[in-house]
Amino acid sequence: MASLSVHRLSKSFGSTRVLEEISFEVADGEFCVLLGPSGCGKTTVLRLIGGLEEATSGSISLGDQRIGHLPPRDRDVAFVFQSYALYPHMNVYENLSFSLRLRGLPKEEIRQRVIEAARLLDIERELERKPQQLSGGQRQRVAVGRAIVRQPKIFLFDEPLSNLDATLRASMRVEMARLHQRLRATVLYVTHDQAEAMTLADKIIVLDRGKNQQIGSPSAIFHEPVNTFVAGFVGSPRMNLIEGRLGSRAAVFQGEGLEIDLSGALGEGWGKYAGKPLTLGIRPEDLQVGDQQGARLQGTVEIVEDLGSDRFAHLRCGKIELVARMPGNVSLKTGETLELNVRAERFHLFYEGKRITR
Amino acid sequence: MKRSALILSGCFLIGIFSLVPFLWFILTSLKSPTEITAIPPRIIPSFLWGAYHTALVEHGLLRYMLNSAIVAGGTTLISVAIGSLAAYALARFRLRWTRWYLMLLLAVSMFPQIAIAGPVWRILNFLGWLNTYQGIIAAYIAINLPLAIWILTTFFKELPFEIEEAALTDGCTWLQALWHVVLPLAAPALFTAAILVFIHAWNEFFFALVILTYPARQTLPVGIALFPGEYTMPWGDIAAASTVATLPLIILTLFFQRRIVRGLSAGAVKG
Repeated sequence: MASLSVHRLSKSFGSTRVLEEISFEVADGEFCVLLGPSGCGKTTVLRLIGGLEEATSGSISLGDQRIGHLPPRDRDVAFVFQSYALYPHMNVYENLSFSLRLRGLPKEEIRQRVIEAARLLDIERELERKPQQLSGGQRQRVAVGRAIVRQPKIFLFDEPLSNLDATLRASMRVEMARLHQRLRATVLYVTHDQAEAMTLADKIIVLDRGKNQQIGSPSAIFHEPVNTFVAGFVGSPRMNLIEGRLGSRAAVFQGEGLEIDLSGALGEGWGKYAGKPLTLGIRPEDLQVGDQQGARLQGTVEIVEDLGSDRFAHLRCGKIELVARMPGNVSLKTGETLELNVRAERFHLFYEGKRITR
Repeated sequence: MKRSALILSGCFLIGIFSLVPFLWFILTSLKSPTEITAIPPRIIPSFLWGAYHTALVEHGLLRYMLNSAIVAGGTTLISVAIGSLAAYALARFRLRWTRWYLMLLLAVSMFPQIAIAGPVWRILNFLGWLNTYQGIIAAYIAINLPLAIWILTTFFKELPFEIEEAALTDGCTWLQALWHVVLPLAAPALFTAAILVFIHAWNEFFFALVILTYPARQTLPVGIALFPGEYTMPWGDIAAASTVATLPLIILTLFFQRRIVRGLSAGAVKG
């Protein structure tokens, strides 16, 4: 295993700029996730590291070796494709052993590695079968197995779980985490699913439209998003983002039909933003019912989503729509007026899209 | 019920219609000379095998068969080999001119053979390749490559690129990826291209007539066409020779039938 270092990586396809000066590090044994919406360039980053595309500028180093100019076969990286890309004319054993046979390893060693990987992924019984005869989940495991047998310096996963149904995805997520624990592999994992990112990653790199938005631990990304994009992208349901203006004489935030006292949240330094337009962010789970502390909000319940363990209440406060998350046993009725509280430390404030620190 | 009966009978009729010429000359090959020219035409022959004997022994049919086999076989192997390399490059490397190139190939293949027969003869004459295997094979490769490239390019485009990328990451060079992954998957298309080129080369008459003038080197179509003497038209011998000439093609096609159907329907490979 080795560490990965990407420095000012840029990529253009013709005149379209797809990646803009991306820089990050992945430490040895770290599980790093590239997270972002479709089209943000995260798969392109992965393909550049894997050698399937050539960078327009910037450098990529694995260990202390520059690999940017090397063909895929010489980079010692293993790529797991979104569509698995298994060899249809070979059975599972041949699929798994292909790379090792190419390298000319002795038969006994090949056999050992393949059986070990198959055992780890619970596909030992499928070794004689062809990919067409396997289920989606099994194919996915063969794709991962193909990478494991190679014992590469880094694993590159391109949305490996997105082709699976929801239940399978959830259980495979746990398997991925277990696998990483056992192998202590260096992993760079691409996904648009923020739940996957949050549960699997040691470190998350959030990308949007080819640019790096934030790099940090899942906790940091969730609790301290640096801009409105990250704030809105991570967390389900989405963080409530309210546009408004801070009063000039008092630290009161005014949105459309909504007024919140932010003196507790902003503290002494609020004067800097007096009169300025701000974006206020409140996570649905921070809108509490019956908590007497913090700022107060009133809203009318319009729609209730009942998920059993949780309930999402879609409220209207003045002209603004808010989503609040409640435990499943709280009773809610459409048309009802709810009194909500938000604690001061739970507010997220953004000026010109960027986080204001307290 | 009625509709399928109608379709079935339609297929039957079309099948009979296509087979009639073939059946007719098989029957002719087994008739005596008087039976062949009889009026009204006799359908059931007397099952005389004399025509076959004449064709094989007196006309040297086996020599023609050998020549045809060498020429058609050589053309097929080389056309498919070069064609698959060209098709792979055209399908995979995103070049701006691939469409124009394919159009050009199509246009060139539509030239009437008579128009280019003269220049081809002159080139082969210059090279001293008239009446040689390499000469006729070279000419055949030239007229068959467009067909091979078209079939193979269309098929290669259907193969998902990710499988080759997986091979590249697993440690293949482009050629190794082609050999280990692409060609095995492209087998249906390769067989289709091979069979079509083989049939085309086996049946080709005009170039063979112009280029091969020594009986020792002539192929079946030319050989059989030269059966008629100044005064005689040995229909029986011609029919027998034609039957023998068509047999290898039928055997090959039946043998590779399943692969050809798969190749022609060029489905995308999923897995």
